[in-house]
Amino acid sequence: MEKRVTFQGWLLPLCLITPQVVISAVFFFYPAAQAVWQSLYLPDPFGLSSRFVGMGNFEYLLSDPYYRTAIGTTAVFSGLVTLVSMVPALFLAVLADRLIKGAGTYRTLLIWPYAVAPAVAGVLWLFMFNTRIGVVAWYLGQLGYDWNHVLNGAEAMGLVVVASSWGRISYNFLFFFAALQAVPRSVIEAAAIDGARFWRRFFTIVLPLLSPTTFFLLVVNVVYAFFETFGVIHTITSGGPQQATTILVYKVYADGFVGQDLGSSSAQSVILLIIVGLLTVLQFKVIEKRVHY
Amino acid sequence: MKNSVFGAVLAGPVLLAPYAAMAETEIQFWHAFTGRLGDLVAEQVDTFNNSQDAYKVVASHKGNYSETLNAGIAAFRAGEQPQILMVFEVGTATMMAAKGAVKPVYELMADAGADFDPDAYIGAVKGYYTTEDGQMLSLPFNSSTPVLWVNRDALAAAGVDPDADLSTWQKVGEVLEQLKAGGEDCPLTTAWQSWIHLENLSAYHNVPFASKDNGFGGLDTELTFNGPLQVQHIQTMGDWAKDGKFIYAGRRNEGGANFRAGDCALFTESSAGYAGIKAEAQFDFAVRPLPYWEGVEGAPQNTIIGGASLWVMQGHEAEEYKGVAAFLNFLSSAEIQAKWHQDTGYLPITVAAGELTRAEGFYDANPGTDVAVIQMTANQPTANSKGLRLGSFDQIRGIIDEELEAVWAGDKTAQEALDSAVGRGNQLLRRFEQANR
Repeated sequence: MEKRVTFQGWLLPLCLITPQVVISAVFFFYPAAQAVWQSLYLPDPFGLSSRFVGMGNFEYLLSDPYYRTAIGTTAVFSGLVTLVSMVPALFLAVLADRLIKGAGTYRTLLIWPYAVAPAVAGVLWLFMFNTRIGVVAWYLGQLGYDWNHVLNGAEAMGLVVVASSWGRISYNFLFFFAALQAVPRSVIEAAAIDGARFWRRFFTIVLPLLSPTTFFLLVVNVVYAFFETFGVIHTITSGGPQQATTILVYKVYADGFVGQDLGSSSAQSVILLIIVGLLTVLQFKVIEKRVHY
Repeated sequence: MKNSVFGAVLAGPVLLAPYAAMAETEIQFWHAFTGRLGDLVAEQVDTFNNSQDAYKVVASHKGNYSETLNAGIAAFRAGEQPQILMVFEVGTATMMAAKGAVKPVYELMADAGADFDPDAYIGAVKGYYTTEDGQMLSLPFNSSTPVLWVNRDALAAAGVDPDADLSTWQKVGEVLEQLKAGGEDCPLTTAWQSWIHLENLSAYHNVPFASKDNGFGGLDTELTFNGPLQVQHIQTMGDWAKDGKFIYAGRRNEGGANFRAGDCALFTESSAGYAGIKAEAQFDFAVRPLPYWEGVEGAPQNTIIGGASLWVMQGHEAEEYKGVAAFLNFLSSAEIQAKWHQDTGYLPITVAAGELTRAEGFYDANPGTDVAVIQMTANQPTANSKGLRLGSFDQIRGIIDEELEAVWAGDKTAQEALDSAVGRGNQLLRRFEQANR
């Protein structure tokens, strides 16, 4: 029954696949292997000498209560970023999907923030919430709320979550919007004729049909929150106040490039790799079962 | 393989270029300055290049202090290191421990047969970069020390005498009380909290920040800044924070923007804040010595420096090192130093430059600009006030920042926070010791 297109011989497929394999090997596998290798050593910054410590770097990390706290902080942070970047995106996509006039303009405007680099987004949000000259901080002050993310950990976390999610909403919007367009009209119309109202139709028909997209975005956004939010944290809080916004990837940077402790930094990269790997496997095992393709 | 191909492509134009000026030996100088300071460095380099034609110094900006150090380390690992690398003072122990990577300045000067008199440099400045047996490892470049900046208009507006005595923290406490009562929203703010309120506090009161002479005596040093004096000071600051007398603005020099805009009355910041404050402040300001706690034996001792020094990297030709020696000597000359000191508010690194500045009448025309110099040089530095030499110090400062934030937020007492910072910092010191054994 199944139709297959197959190549004659080996040469052409090999040529086609080689570039991708080489790129993956040079830019992903080789550095990853190096990180694993380095995580077993305690080198000096200049690479003049290096001591083999086996699992020493991992023992040091896992016995450090501040590292364990950072794992918790990362869980909270990535959970919030995923939520805050997906729910509004879906909401906006549903609204844009119902537009009859000017849909193109709305779509373009909603996609724009995605073009802003995380570090720049961080500076923009910091500027608005700056405790002294920030517009938003000033209005909050007028309302009697004393905004101070420099000392208040919860406010700092809120700020980095919003700044990290903002551009991401556009990305998610794009996918949700495309998926919504693909929902067959006939099914919705049939439900409407049966008397189902909008929200009823949304939750029983549209949302289940969106599940492949939602699942894909869930995986991608968690990975984003883990790895690509460094710029936002660096520009807004540098991991502070205290350690309220020190997520794992920021600690990799701080220990490796501020502390020049490359052994510990590599070990942290390896742990991060394992966590994200496990998380992705978990998502595929548990959640994908509920996804209807 | 990959490296050599890229290297050949990159090196092509570089190799061809010298034919135009065969005689000139190029010297790479990586620094961390932008803006006005960057312009002033470029000017120094131009002056040197125009003054002779044997050497050509090429200055490159490599990012902020941490980024410049990282660029230098990465370049060394790739065998592409510059001859001269600017490293901030907290990176001193890292550089010192890298014996195969750096060429000590005293050795450079001896090899090059250059005139070099270590005694010409101000003791409190060079001490930071000198070994226990008096050998200078790197050349001090930009050095500053913390002072107290006063917004005289803000004091007057709150009904406080602008000439009030602010020499001790006890007196400052009284003035803060009056400022608060007079309706001032930001009586005191600070920049670089660890540098000013722990590192300098300790040196100024002649108490150790770390064992083994603040780390000068060996890598097996341990932090000791959780002593009674430091705890008392941080607790007082914490109480002031709770009462709204001390406003915390951030880990770096965020408080500077508040002070320069006229929002704060008192501000503890580097003497090198002078250029910015002079350019922006729309109010009458004054510079006072950093306050000390009255009744502490030996206080005020002397404050210590912050800033950067120039390290010479290993792996270059003798001819290039001669050029480096000539350039470092040029930077140390009285005229160049005096101009740098007057333009920036950084300290002069030689005694002669300080004297020249005084003779030119600069201190009389700009009152307060000599406060930092006097504060640094008033006393012969002791083992507690010579400087700090601690591995992973940039990161230890990060830990101190975190713990101090807990005090300012009222989450921890000063004793708890400093005990915790000492414990966490010591772990990093042990790792550094292991990595550099």
